[in-house]
Amino acid sequence: MTALLDIRGLTTEFRVNGHWHAAIQDVNLSLAANETLAVVGESGSGKSVTALSALRLLPQAGARIARGEILFEGRDLAKLSQRQMAKVRGDEIAMIFQEPMTSLNPTMTVGDQIAEVLMIHRGMSHGAALKEARDLLDEVRVPDPGRRITEYPHQFSGGMRQRAMIAIALACRPKVLLADEPTTALDVTVQHQVLTLLDDLKRERGMGVIFITHNLGVVAQIADRVAVMYAGEIVETADCTRLFANPAHPYTEALLRAMPRVDRRADTLEPIPGSVPSITARPAGCHFAPRCGYVRPECGHHPALGPISGAGGSDHQARCILRAKAEEAAWTV
Amino acid sequence: MDGLKVEGLKKHFTIGGGFLGGKARKVRAVENVSLSVAPGSSVGLVGESGCGKSTASRTILRLEEPTAGRVTFDGIDVASASPAEMRRLRQRMQFIFQDPYASLNSRRSIRKTLEEPLKVHGIGDPAERRARAEAILSEVGLPRDAMERFPHEFSGGQRQRIGIARALVLQPDLVVADEPVSALDVSVQAQILRLLDDLREKRTLSFLFVSHDLGVIRHFCDTTCVMYLGHVVESGPTQEIMDDPAHPYTVLLRQSSPIPDPANRVDPPRIAGEIPSPANPPSGCPFHTRCPRAIAECRESMPATKEIAPGRQVACHLF
Ligand SMILES: Nc1ncnc2c1ncn2[C@@H]1O[C@H](COP(=O)(O)OP(=O)(O)OP(=O)(O)O)[C@@H](O)[C@H]1O
Ligand SMILES: Nc1ncnc2c1ncn2[C@@H]1O[C@H](COP(=O)(O)OP(=O)(O)O)[C@@H](O)[C@H]1O
Ligand code: SF4
Ligand code: SF4
Ligand SMILES: [Mg+2]
Ligand SMILES: [Mg+2]
Repeated sequence: MTALLDIRGLTTEFRVNGHWHAAIQDVNLSLAANETLAVVGESGSGKSVTALSALRLLPQAGARIARGEILFEGRDLAKLSQRQMAKVRGDEIAMIFQEPMTSLNPTMTVGDQIAEVLMIHRGMSHGAALKEARDLLDEVRVPDPGRRITEYPHQFSGGMRQRAMIAIALACRPKVLLADEPTTALDVTVQHQVLTLLDDLKRERGMGVIFITHNLGVVAQIADRVAVMYAGEIVETADCTRLFANPAHPYTEALLRAMPRVDRRADTLEPIPGSVPSITARPAGCHFAPRCGYVRPECGHHPALGPISGAGGSDHQARCILRAKAEEAAWTV
Repeated sequence: MDGLKVEGLKKHFTIGGGFLGGKARKVRAVENVSLSVAPGSSVGLVGESGCGKSTASRTILRLEEPTAGRVTFDGIDVASASPAEMRRLRQRMQFIFQDPYASLNSRRSIRKTLEEPLKVHGIGDPAERRARAEAILSEVGLPRDAMERFPHEFSGGQRQRIGIARALVLQPDLVVADEPVSALDVSVQAQILRLLDDLREKRTLSFLFVSHDLGVIRHFCDTTCVMYLGHVVESGPTQEIMDDPAHPYTVLLRQSSPIPDPANRVDPPRIAGEIPSPANPPSGCPFHTRCPRAIAECRESMPATKEIAPGRQVACHLF
């Protein structure tokens, strides 16, 4: 499968107290059409920075893409001007966020907000755009869409607002949808509705979806492939089924054991000691070493992301010296 | 000693009206909550946002005046307790908040935060208060040097430890915890749950534990009460409720709760709606607007609460 979006060696830095520090380091991700790639990790692991970098939405000052390519259909987005990039964001790659209220305009009806996008990016007339807005709300399963297009965001519930955001994101028929914790603020019943909706839309439209979340339960529900992030790096990546059946990186394993499960008696809940290091305090060797139960002297070398032993023909990779295939245990310092 | 008993608790708020104009409306935040928390047990209150969990727990502790209903603690009626009895009750029943940052005084050192409640309740002399504050600090796993520091110097998980220390320094019998781990990352959440487990084992503490996360409830609570629009719609032993939910709303909640196992993707009924507003609740069964199994009767009459198995109560016409 050829990649729709191919992120290579992406490194993004922030300036803190006059020094540049990497928030994400050498991130490689590729996304195919009709695929949902979940990016999972605790808060501060670099998920949002990855998404904002890919869309070139980093703050103007004190932030920079230090290295790497963001190839979208062969073009490197990292090299585009902000103006060219604005067009890509409107037309081909769309993004939805955790808190829809901050991205919706409270003084405009929901219908007009969707219509505006259609008028700007698809050159529609106001009348045609409003009609399409109604159809889009219908497509994202907002009941009574004809009435809803005349309402304002505050008249929508949290789940409804997130659907409105999805409708706006879909307005330009994007090929890629980047969703950053879109269901984190929602109740589980509504979360499930939104996950089902995103999954249906992916199939119907053949979109590529990057789904960012901190919840492994949500990952298991929606992902085709998974990338686990820790302290700015991808530490494990695999097919969704494989990752849960056979977690390789000690961090992935630890995340799974720390999660209280509704389907099992949970005497086995095991906390991970400590917390995610800040970008100015990342350890030199394996970033996970201070919290890892398997740590040994060799972990002072920074491990590379590589195939795990026993991966068979799969592309299951992890960033851990213990799990690396013997012949691949090359270290990068 | 029979712990906490809550019967027919109701809490309505009036919004609008007054000098700002508009029509006064009644918000039925808590309609009918009955539950009991025996000494040493922990009872979970679970339900979607806005169903009345926080209002119920605040009203139980009389941080809000109830509209109706009865709350007793070891037989003492909380509503009619004398000021002296009430002071004693306040010491025995403590609260842990979801957002420890908002609930901690930012200009008060941790030492002050922990010694203040002891002072207010006239417990010990300065030396004893100091010793008790220090003991509780290490019990919740904070370093000694945390004493002279201020809330903003701590991470979310550490602040929650401070919130727990503040609640426990008075050696209460009952702790009401409103979403104490909801704002935390899963690894830190597990640390705090482990801490609460340990504390519960060491002391005879009982918990009323509010959460919207069924996994957390399953881990921490012996008994679970499921709330919907101000009503307890199902209650019983946690394990039974999670493995074999009875009320259609509990079934929906359970099936919608994500499980970290892609081989077990479930597809609960695709109901469109969301929880209605408690300012304008539906007639009959509060869940009928979203219930996949609703029958004609459900629109008209409120189902009574029935015992379907020992200790297992359900309010639904199907039972
Ligand atoms: N002081 C108040 N005045 C008016 N309405 C209120 C007040 N406090 C709560 N409510 C309303 O009562 C209902 C129940 O609120 P409550 O905070 O108890 O819900 P909850 O179950 O704790 O929700 P969450 O999971 O979001 O914390 C909501 O509709 C809320 O808006
Ligand atoms: N504008 C910024 N300036 C400095 N550091 C930042 C900035 N934005 C994010 N960071 C840091 O980058 C790291 C990754 O953050 P983020 O991508 O937001 O994490 P996640 O989305 O996984 O929770 C964190 O340590 C965060 O504090
Ligand atoms: S490299 Fe070492 S410290 Fe890092 S995850 Fe593997 S075993 Fe743990
Ligand atoms: S009483 Fe009727 S509407 Fe209510 S939960 Fe039971 S079947 Fe559903
Ligand atoms: Mg984020
Ligand atoms: Mg609440």
